Amino acid sequence: MIGALNLGWLPRAIILGLLAFAIFGPLANLALWAFAEAWFFPNKLPSQWGFRFWEVVFRPTGRAMEALSVSIWIALLTVAVSLAVSIPAGLALARGRLPWRALIMLAFLLPQAFPSLPVYINVARIFYQFGLNGTVAGVVLVHTLHGLVFAVWITTAAFASVDKELEQAARNLGASGLRTFFTVTLPLAAPGIVASAIFVFLESLDEFTGSYFVGAPEIQTLPLTMFLASMGGNYQISSITALILLVPSIGFMLIVERFLKADVMAKMGN
Amino acid sequence: MAAVVIRDVEKAFGSTKVIHGINVDIADGEFVVLVGPSGCGKSTLLRMVAGLEEISGGTISIGNRVVNHLPPKDRDVAMVFQNYALYPHMTVYDNMAFSMKLRKADDKLIDERVQKAAGILNLREYLKRFPRQLSGGQRQRVAMGRAIVRDPQVFLFDEPLSNLDAKLRVQMRTEIKALHQRLKTTTVYVTHDQVEAMTMADRIVVMHDGIVEQIGTPLELYDHPVNTFVAGFIGSPAMNFINGTLRNGGGSLRVETAGGQAVRLQAAGKGVDGQPIILGVRPEHLSLGAGNEGIAGQVNVIEPTGAETQIFVDTPAGSVTAVFTERHDFAPGTPIVLKPQANSIHLFDAQTGQHL
Repeated sequence: MIGALNLGWLPRAIILGLLAFAIFGPLANLALWAFAEAWFFPNKLPSQWGFRFWEVVFRPTGRAMEALSVSIWIALLTVAVSLAVSIPAGLALARGRLPWRALIMLAFLLPQAFPSLPVYINVARIFYQFGLNGTVAGVVLVHTLHGLVFAVWITTAAFASVDKELEQAARNLGASGLRTFFTVTLPLAAPGIVASAIFVFLESLDEFTGSYFVGAPEIQTLPLTMFLASMGGNYQISSITALILLVPSIGFMLIVERFLKADVMAKMGN
Repeated sequence: MAAVVIRDVEKAFGSTKVIHGINVDIADGEFVVLVGPSGCGKSTLLRMVAGLEEISGGTISIGNRVVNHLPPKDRDVAMVFQNYALYPHMTVYDNMAFSMKLRKADDKLIDERVQKAAGILNLREYLKRFPRQLSGGQRQRVAMGRAIVRDPQVFLFDEPLSNLDAKLRVQMRTEIKALHQRLKTTTVYVTHDQVEAMTMADRIVVMHDGIVEQIGTPLELYDHPVNTFVAGFIGSPAMNFINGTLRNGGGSLRVETAGGQAVRLQAAGKGVDGQPIILGVRPEHLSLGAGNEGIAGQVNVIEPTGAETQIFVDTPAGSVTAVFTERHDFAPGTPIVLKPQANSIHLFDAQTGQHL
């Protein structure tokens, strides 16, 4: 017993360690760059630390802050447009006896199925004809195209998980169809809809390719700022921007986990 | 309160017809149970009364008003669903007040009605809870409370007790019946359980494959079933059916059973000699006999329940069940003769299953 060294934990520890490195390694690099004032080859670590670049980013006249507010506005508008489509669509897909239902669900997946570059280049070409390039509306539309996948699929699942008998009971108790929707169906589907809104919001906030082709250079979202900063060799600015973008992602993910209940997940794609 | 008249009602899902012209007259204040095996169309019929299913043919009237094209909210009926259909996002109070709030009644009246219903159903202390915090029986009561607060012309119950355990089911059965005696609201109650139907109903509608087999009071159905389906469905343990041939001659009426035994009948003159028939006799209408007084066989299994003793007997004509109020203790294999009470025998046509 004594002296018999149990090394059974070792493989597990190594795998967990490697996994942690794969996840946190790049993030650690980000964090290093965010606080590095001087870091030259061949130094393993920055030679000078500080908050100088944070001041640059958060300076009231800084481009990054302006880009952040543009990004948030676009994300909110994208959520609004997505929900305006996904709530009626989700209700119809979950409740109506639509022909070609599976095909319609797949159609919302299509933009994801193709490589995004050719999709967005074509969108940009078409938007150009309508004068949508370089406008907030254009960028919102591109983000909506992307966000509708989450919005429609999750919203459909959310409506499908509402027991039909609850709606029938409401109609039996004297509610009109519209009243039933607003007092029973919508409140019960709300957690799923909120979850889908969060996904759409985060997708829009982080979206790069579409914004680049449709929005740039007039519309500067935060990911675009980050891209331009890193292209210009300004790793500090791009790292700080990336960290800013991480905050809502991590925060909302924790919330989404609470909203997406097992019964909604079970209805996904049904 | 109102009478419900169901006239030639049909229901088809696409090309599949599930209800084939049903006629039922439900009097004002009556408690009618629709009973039948699953798939007989009883729930569909109830949902058509509620307006939750379209009526494919015929008419349904509630209180002299044809409701075929009336939306559910205007039919003034309150349904209690099998799974209760309580709103998980509302408290018990709000669930019960739901119909009144839809009508925009004033808060004082709502409170009065909810408190009254809660009082009747012993729910006062649970009003602030959510449905998930209640037991099955309590949820069932809330569902009933919600229907009571609506103060409808007709109550509709769709297998309301099937999710409860046996003990609670018996208790709620009595409660629902007491509630009906108190409120005297016309009630249509759907169940697949014939004991529920027998114990609760003023009248029972026995349904099978989308048609009405028989309508009558519980004892009418028990004493005078019109065919083998009703005879076999009503009563527990179920009626024994023995195939045989009618022998009408020599001044006596007999049934020659498939096993070659004869059962003497009291009724004279009815039936044609040589006609193939089904002899129906309830387990409780068999007594112990001797010699050739009845159907001979061997004891297979004895089930004593205390109040009565159930004996399963193997006879040449098949297995026969007998129930005795006195206690018996036969070893398996004991020869035994079962004598049917002559005035409680049912004869059915072997082809059509109709009562002779």
